[in-house]
Amino acid sequence: MKSMNIMIVGVGGQGSLLASKVLGRILMNAGYDVKVSEVHGMSQRGGSVVTFVRCGDSVASPVIDRGQADYIVSFELLEAARWLPWLRKGGKVVSNSQQIDPMPVITGAKDYPSDLAEQMAAAGVDADIFDAFSVAESAGSSKAVNIALMGHLSKYFPFSDDDWQRALSECVPPKFLELNKRAFALGREA
Amino acid sequence: MKKIMLGNEAAARGLWEAGCMFASSYPGTPSTEITENLAKFDEVCCEWAPNEKVAVEAAFGASLAGVRSFAAMKHVGLNVAADPLFTISYTGVNAGMIIAVADDPAMHSSQNEQDSRHYAIAAKLPMVEPADSGECLGFMKAAYELSEKFDTPVLFRTCTRIAHSQSIVETGERAEKPRVEYKKNAAKYIMMPAYSTKRHPVVEQRTQALRDWAESCPLNRVEMGGTKLGIIASGAAYQYAKEVLGAEASYLKLGLVNPLPEKLIRDFASRVERLIVVEELDPIIETHCRAMGLAVEGKSLFPTCGEFSQNLVAEALGREVPSGTELPLEIPARPPVLCSGCPHRGLFHVLHQNRCTVIGDIGCYTLGAVEPLSSIDSTICMGASVSGLHGFNKALGEAGEKHTVAVIGDSTFMHSGITGLVDIAYNQSNSTVIILDNSITGMTGHQQNPTTGYNIKGDPAGKVDLEALCRAVGINRVRVVDPYNIKECSAALREELAAPEPSVIISRRPCVLLKYVKTNPPLRVNAEKCIGCRACMRIGCPSLSFRDGKAKVDESMCVGCGVCTQLCASKAFEGGAAE
Repeated sequence: MKSMNIMIVGVGGQGSLLASKVLGRILMNAGYDVKVSEVHGMSQRGGSVVTFVRCGDSVASPVIDRGQADYIVSFELLEAARWLPWLRKGGKVVSNSQQIDPMPVITGAKDYPSDLAEQMAAAGVDADIFDAFSVAESAGSSKAVNIALMGHLSKYFPFSDDDWQRALSECVPPKFLELNKRAFALGREA
Repeated sequence: MKKIMLGNEAAARGLWEAGCMFASSYPGTPSTEITENLAKFDEVCCEWAPNEKVAVEAAFGASLAGVRSFAAMKHVGLNVAADPLFTISYTGVNAGMIIAVADDPAMHSSQNEQDSRHYAIAAKLPMVEPADSGECLGFMKAAYELSEKFDTPVLFRTCTRIAHSQSIVETGERAEKPRVEYKKNAAKYIMMPAYSTKRHPVVEQRTQALRDWAESCPLNRVEMGGTKLGIIASGAAYQYAKEVLGAEASYLKLGLVNPLPEKLIRDFASRVERLIVVEELDPIIETHCRAMGLAVEGKSLFPTCGEFSQNLVAEALGREVPSGTELPLEIPARPPVLCSGCPHRGLFHVLHQNRCTVIGDIGCYTLGAVEPLSSIDSTICMGASVSGLHGFNKALGEAGEKHTVAVIGDSTFMHSGITGLVDIAYNQSNSTVIILDNSITGMTGHQQNPTTGYNIKGDPAGKVDLEALCRAVGINRVRVVDPYNIKECSAALREELAAPEPSVIISRRPCVLLKYVKTNPPLRVNAEKCIGCRACMRIGCPSLSFRDGKAKVDESMCVGCGVCTQLCASKAFEGGAAE
């Protein structure tokens, strides 16, 4: 692995900052130059949020642009679809199957597309969609959905379980470490 | 030690390592985390000031007393602090002083995208601009040296993509700075005409000295690669250009963006065939190069609005850019919304119901403007709601007074709403001001403020009594309502709008995201009772959706605030506080 562009997308408040922290950490531990770009503030309040994680010998731009993401990791299905133009040809989507209605759907102005998984498959997108929410709940808390997703993503990365455990220990507060380790393991198995 | 750090965290580390002793800031995205991280170091006296003007003045006072000082703010905050800024340029400093200002190209969380470099030029101050976290740390140390060497405050400019990006930094240890003795010096520090006329020439001489220094200063660097294309850039724009062109082009990477190094620029221009300035927002470097008589391209290729990216730079230079996959369907937008259980929701519903004209302000509650609440008419800047309401009512008289209100948060009211209220009390407009007191500075991520009773470290502090303050400036009618109670809010609103004198309604309930706030069990909809009238959908609660002709509660999000319950004529909501 020479370089890698990973986008973490979801709905503000779902915990993407911790996921990107763990990812940035494991990449730095592996000796890469790393940049992680987040958005705080107004964009967070239940809106669509994106975090960019990049690694390589030397990373210049802190953001990932259209057609450049190797992976899109999504906390929510509609958000995976929204950011597809950022996925490079041959890139992979790893997404939670959870669906959260945005305000235009809540007010009845728009519909939530009903067959997103099928549409992605029809468009030739390589998507691994799984129920990260249930995985997190069975680990002990729905809040651990971020780390369950990281566990699932880890299947595609050339790092050992020990590498991931170390990165988790370095990023997660001790109080929540056991819960998150369980969520990670279950996500990796899922 | 090698660490991965947010630009803002690295900036705080740089301040600490440089021996900074005093910091005063007002929160503002994307600058907030500098001061939050600095507050974790016990050696630094760190404070949230009521506003940016106070922050800069307090930091100046600390510099005058002889310790390295600091103030941080977002770009629009520097407008508030501009008054002291222009004059401390004249006085210079005693110990080093840095003012960080964070621009927000693309307005991720701002009301405009002004370019702070204009302030450096107008106030005749040096400005540094880092391009990653490592430089955030290093440039803070360099900025203090610069400040003390040239007897000037230094501006430290970042933008969202530097402030909120993490990259790898090498940390060092703190070097304590002995306090510089304060000596009375009327001619330097009292800026009245007799003295300031003598200081202005000093500023001009300093600018010339800084220009000379800029030519060889270590903050600027030339990276020679291919010579067909020469790029002049700073900050994030440099990173995008580097990403696209790599070693194919040569770069003049500016770390000191004011004043500009003319000889260095001229020399660089002579070594490349085509000279391009890549800069976000205004064409400041480009205009300077043109004035020097150089053949340069810039805004003929790149936009003035929004932020750049590698694809934007590549396309501007006529290169191919990759594309991804677009599904053949409409993806509904997901705009930010008021949180589930947000105390502002009930109040905005009442304003909407009563068809009020609402002069708004800056904070989470600006989201009261979006559908379906749609209850704000104007948003300009911090504090503008209260003073704007006064002018609106003076212009329209009774026609305005009977249905127009201002809404302003607790922190924003302390920042600059209070002066507007003094205007209302003094010039007597029959205005109704609503203070949305959620007991925290919400939008920027829960910072304490003078009304919360706690300081930046979370320790008990002085507490401003809002009711007493409003009465003290001359408002006789001050009342408190609970925004979860629709009936109470509605009655208070009607009474105060009808009252023949100015009034303040304090809509008080802590932000639902605060850790100490105890929430209720979630509500659920009794499908047999729900008649599908959609009355509850009018409040834009993210926990509510409409499925198969009935309302539905997302129990993982609902905090049982009960605002929707009060709108339901068929009493279909169950659970919540009742359980």
